[in-house]
Amino acid sequence: MGKRERLSGNEAVAIALRQINPDVFPAFPITPSTEIPQYFATFVANGQVDTEFITVESEHSSMSATIGASAAGARALTATSSCGLAYMWEELYIAASNRLPLALALVNRALSGPININCDHSDSMGARDAGWIQIYAENNQEAYDNMVQAYRISEHKDVRLPIMICQDGFITSHAVENIELLDDADVKNFVGEYEPENYLLNPEQPMAVGPYAISDYYMEAKRNQAEGMKNAVAVVKDVAKEFAQISGREYGLFEEYCMEEAERAVVIIGSAAGTTKDAIDALRAKGEKVGLIKIRLYRPFPAEELAETLKNVKAVAIMDRAEGYTNHGGPLGADVMSALFRARSQALAVNYVYGLGGRDVRVEDMESVFEDLKQIVADGDAGETYRYLGIRE
Amino acid sequence: MAYNFKETMNKPERLAPGHRMCAGCGGTIAVRNVLRGLHEGDKAVIGNATGCLEVSTFTYPYTAWEDSYIHNAFENAGATMSGVEGAYNALKRKGKLDETYKFITFGGDGGTYDIGFQSLSGAMERNHDMVYVCYDNGAYMNTGIQRSSATPMYADTTTTPVGSESNGKMQNRKDLAAIIASHDIPYVAQTTFVQNFKDLHIKSEKAIYTPGAAFLNIMAPCPRGWRYNAPDIMEICKLGVETCYWPLFEVVEGKWILNYEPKKKLPVEEFLSKQGRFKHLFKPGNEHLIEEFQKEVDRRWEELLFKCSK
Repeated sequence: MGKRERLSGNEAVAIALRQINPDVFPAFPITPSTEIPQYFATFVANGQVDTEFITVESEHSSMSATIGASAAGARALTATSSCGLAYMWEELYIAASNRLPLALALVNRALSGPININCDHSDSMGARDAGWIQIYAENNQEAYDNMVQAYRISEHKDVRLPIMICQDGFITSHAVENIELLDDADVKNFVGEYEPENYLLNPEQPMAVGPYAISDYYMEAKRNQAEGMKNAVAVVKDVAKEFAQISGREYGLFEEYCMEEAERAVVIIGSAAGTTKDAIDALRAKGEKVGLIKIRLYRPFPAEELAETLKNVKAVAIMDRAEGYTNHGGPLGADVMSALFRARSQALAVNYVYGLGGRDVRVEDMESVFEDLKQIVADGDAGETYRYLGIRE
Repeated sequence: MAYNFKETMNKPERLAPGHRMCAGCGGTIAVRNVLRGLHEGDKAVIGNATGCLEVSTFTYPYTAWEDSYIHNAFENAGATMSGVEGAYNALKRKGKLDETYKFITFGGDGGTYDIGFQSLSGAMERNHDMVYVCYDNGAYMNTGIQRSSATPMYADTTTTPVGSESNGKMQNRKDLAAIIASHDIPYVAQTTFVQNFKDLHIKSEKAIYTPGAAFLNIMAPCPRGWRYNAPDIMEICKLGVETCYWPLFEVVEGKWILNYEPKKKLPVEEFLSKQGRFKHLFKPGNEHLIEEFQKEVDRRWEELLFKCSK
């Protein structure tokens, strides 16, 4: 079972897409996601996929065409980063409200300005309220595995929502790592045929998509989307269980690392989780009770499950690779603190903004966060809850 | 097959009555007659940019469209239909679909000349097998008669109002049909409601059944924006053609063809005087404005004759 390889995150996702063999892939290049359509174009050129590959003139059009294709009854997707996602912003909401189970391979990159091509999460965090399922990866293997699971989640009849499969620009998209690929046949089997119920090209029943809805109907449409989001949580878990059967790799809503008896914890998204794990290994070796929660499913947000896992923690640092400009911290900070508040948690919580525009996050940086948490526990007071990590003041 | 007016008019309506477009709306007339270009039995997916046509024909939970229909947003009707056509090709290739579908997108001049221009240009350049139909009423009518790049010079609109220091819009209209023709697509045509719709019917069928991208630019007057007596629409369209303000032409595989040359080109006043948006041009002292307008019409007409090797 499987095949060991050494691949970049972009190539791994492109291979997952070849194995999925989607119907339509409209694409427009933007660093650092460009390689995904490039690799895919060679699959098209060599007849390895049946996909209609549409080289559009902008990201707004790539998402517009993906929406058209998905509404027409095709399994469709596109890939982008940063400003490309921002340019699609209007379309993200339309995809979700039309309940289209399309996919987006997102390679996270800082938004301009200043223009910067490196990793942070400001692009996808800006789209967190758009009604998309968002799943994040720590490394290339996870980016690949998440892509393979994407359509099983988005196309589920209880969900029917677009899905964004995110990985960190350059850090995972361009770094080559060891990875285990599934057999083509296993992926094909796992993903299955797409059989939409209602679609434009259904000869038995024409359909109209994208109505004008007055106040009498708009709110119910939005409420229905929320229902799909609610249902997505169980579907994400079920799909992960099935995926474990073909891959041997287990996934949940988030990963717990050394959380047993942890007194201090970090909550983080993406590749910096790996760095944090190194810091934890070093600290655990010294007998310090530190742990990590790495968010995999960010939308919908697993608030109750997270609060339950954090219930015995004395202090928690929530790491945001995006600013929220609330004067209180970033979006993950707001989500986790609200989850803790609703669970009547007594944990002392602080929120760090870190790694913006590709600012390096070192093991020492994460050790310093745990050191800060130690002081917070000793003081019995969180102090300043809105902090920056690794900034030159 | 030779054109048969009666047969064409007897085709079943594909835009059902009961929609909420204004009485006498040129946009609706354009749509109903373009859809008569479809052969019976052929299915279609209709696309639509945001605008009057969309909000008035697909108000949830009702639709006036007999065919499958997709509205996405204002600026992306071209790209959206690219995706639909892409899906058709993929499903055909995979043996999941037997039926023949045609793809027709409608946009007003706002969604076509302006905000949707990039998306349209991309879709035309990629040569998707689709027809993009612009129903050109020369302003953003849905939001309340603001100027567009299709608005003719001196028109009084809500963003180019006539005032003590203003004679309306300062600029000439963009020649979109020529710009799309420069994309070297198989078929481009300009038409309006004349000759009992024969010109429109023939061009629609050609556009729909020409493989690859096709573009139709249809002058479709708006009674509210142009401020004319609603029953005068056919007369106004005729005058648009007879004054050579709105010539009828085709560009087939790059070859420019003039479809109609008036025996006696009428002065443009005849077209302008029927419309309230040009009322100020007829005030004493403004004769030079009409002269300017006429000069531009003449220049463009001469250029068209040259392109058509006349």
